[in-house]
Amino acid sequence: MSETLKVPTMASYLAEGKQPEVLFWVGCAGSFDDRAKKITKAFVKILNKTNVDFAVLGTEEGCTGDPAKRAGNEFLFQMQAMTNIEVMNSYEVKKIVTACPHCFNTIKNEYPALGGNYEVIHHTQFLKQLLNEGRLKVEGGKFKGKRITFHDPCYLGRANNEYEAPRDLLRKLEVELIEMKSCKAKGLCCGAGGAQMFKDAEKGDKEVNIHRTEQAIETKPDIVAAGCPFCNTMMTDGVKNKEKQDDIEVLDVVEMIANAEDL
Amino acid sequence: MMQYLPQILFILALAFAVWFFIKNVKTLSRNIKLGKDIDRTDQKNLRFKKMMRVALGQSKMVKRPIAGFLHIIVYVGFIIINIEVLEIIIDGILGTHRIFSFLGPVYDVLIGSFEILALLVLVSVIIFLIRRNFLNIKRFLANELKGWPKSDANYILYFEVVLMVLFLTMNATDYQLQLNGAEHYASEAGIAGAFPVSQYLLPIFDQMSNSTLIIIERAAWWLHIIGILIFLNYLYYSKHLHILLAFPNVYFSNLNPQGKFKNLEAVTNEVKLMMDPDADPFAEPEGGEEDVPEKFGASDVKDLNWFQLLSAYTCTECGRCTAECPANQTGKKLSPRKIMMDTRDRLEEVSKNIDNKKENDDKQLLDDYISREELWACTTCNACVEACPVGIDPLSIIMDMRQYLVMEESAAPAELNNAMSNIENNAAPWPYNQQDRLNWATEES
Repeated sequence: MSETLKVPTMASYLAEGKQPEVLFWVGCAGSFDDRAKKITKAFVKILNKTNVDFAVLGTEEGCTGDPAKRAGNEFLFQMQAMTNIEVMNSYEVKKIVTACPHCFNTIKNEYPALGGNYEVIHHTQFLKQLLNEGRLKVEGGKFKGKRITFHDPCYLGRANNEYEAPRDLLRKLEVELIEMKSCKAKGLCCGAGGAQMFKDAEKGDKEVNIHRTEQAIETKPDIVAAGCPFCNTMMTDGVKNKEKQDDIEVLDVVEMIANAEDL
Repeated sequence: MMQYLPQILFILALAFAVWFFIKNVKTLSRNIKLGKDIDRTDQKNLRFKKMMRVALGQSKMVKRPIAGFLHIIVYVGFIIINIEVLEIIIDGILGTHRIFSFLGPVYDVLIGSFEILALLVLVSVIIFLIRRNFLNIKRFLANELKGWPKSDANYILYFEVVLMVLFLTMNATDYQLQLNGAEHYASEAGIAGAFPVSQYLLPIFDQMSNSTLIIIERAAWWLHIIGILIFLNYLYYSKHLHILLAFPNVYFSNLNPQGKFKNLEAVTNEVKLMMDPDADPFAEPEGGEEDVPEKFGASDVKDLNWFQLLSAYTCTECGRCTAECPANQTGKKLSPRKIMMDTRDRLEEVSKNIDNKKENDDKQLLDDYISREELWACTTCNACVEACPVGIDPLSIIMDMRQYLVMEESAAPAELNNAMSNIENNAAPWPYNQQDRLNWATEES
């Protein structure tokens, strides 16, 4: 994969006196985590291929404050939020797409009261829009007929009632979609939310991600599809823990679409 | 005079029950108002519809089909059989016999359906008792249900069994007395009421004398109505309070997306002040001194809002929240149901302190009831909120208490403090430089 990605920044757009169609909010995981960076790149490849006029904030982006808020640090959350809002408002951002449900939820629901009013969509919703507009064509390709189970991210599903966009995309890939015991509104958390990602779990008899991975394995999937970089990490770790990494892949929905297209 | 004695006794019992009930409602309302203000009066239309769908329509109850179906039977039975209670009360006051019987065929249908419902309720309640006590259902075996909560649940069910048996006994003996043509019971208009269930009890009673039957009928009648009055007043002390509070609780429940957590306004003002280079650091906060809270977050029940306190009284300890909780499923201490039960227990303790004019008991919700370990085990996944059939939000209490721990006590787990100082220093929860945020775009993968 040597072709270069076109990743314009908001600053470069401004220098040319232009406004992109949409701001791609990359998020901390998408920027720094090795696994999540692949998701970021897969998404950018699709954006490039479909000629979506987008830009990123780059070094002007900072944590949305989600983990701080959910850890109880409202002060730090609002500091982050207002800093980000100041930057985005100065660029007159109207529409934001992100591959992280935590960033998605925070910017969409918690920024408006602090002066940040944007149309915020999750990347699976954005891809579905591209499909509906005919800008993106998806065919089964190498995933056709594979057994796939989708793990609902809490902050996309229960938190914001979006269960269908990722599933619609998977159906487009002509996969055999199998639901886990707990799915959609009853979906089981991967264990990373509420800032748990950044601390050890409390004492118990099992890790949450192992519990969820067991539910996933029960469906005998070829692939566990995810829509969140943190869920992805947790499920990948879970699959490794069960020594199933040779049989089961954990992939973000956008990676599957990019792979199907052989991007 | 003697002939009016039963009526006088009845009116006295009724008046006492109503007085005691009102007294408890006042205490309940006072306690709920100890909570902080929160505006839940918007979107009245939507709230009303949600109440009709979720509370009256039991839409979330049937997510668990067996328990949900049985619950609907008991619930419908409870509501409809109460029409009969109205007749019993009027008969009790006026000394009449089945005063609504002038309705004729309609009355027969009413009494007939009460009987069928009573039988269905009886069967359902017995299944509930078996489920709760003999089938090892995990959500009924949790630690927080040991002791009083378990007894409370069983008392409610026993009570319903007794009430239904009394109701059917009363009807059977009444029917037999009508058939026997007993004075005061029989009427020239024919048999008042239809008895599709209690007719099968007649073989027990048809050899008895009228005077024995009258004693049994009166005893069943009195025990039934006194039982209902006791049950009414038991509510305040029981998880069964949900039969009343489920309605306001759903009405006032959160209508926002579940992922939207509230922003603390007092913090907003401070952050704005900090970020504004022109701000006068000595200026009064916008809303004056009273705008700055004495405490961030919650360490005791009075720091919670009134809706959270209402929810604590509404919780019927079904444990659907805990059954869905990922932390609980994996053996952590956290149980959202326990969060609600603890909140109610502490609120009741505060209530007693107020009654006894005791200013401070050196106790609080945090640590004395809810441990830090429980609070830190939450993944904020909202499964508990989604599962609650009556719109309770245990997560909001966990979040308020975490806020207290972090903002008042700086008592977050060490790794979280690390993540937070990273966010503060380099705008990411990991120690990566913000200037490297776009490196992925040019890295070879």
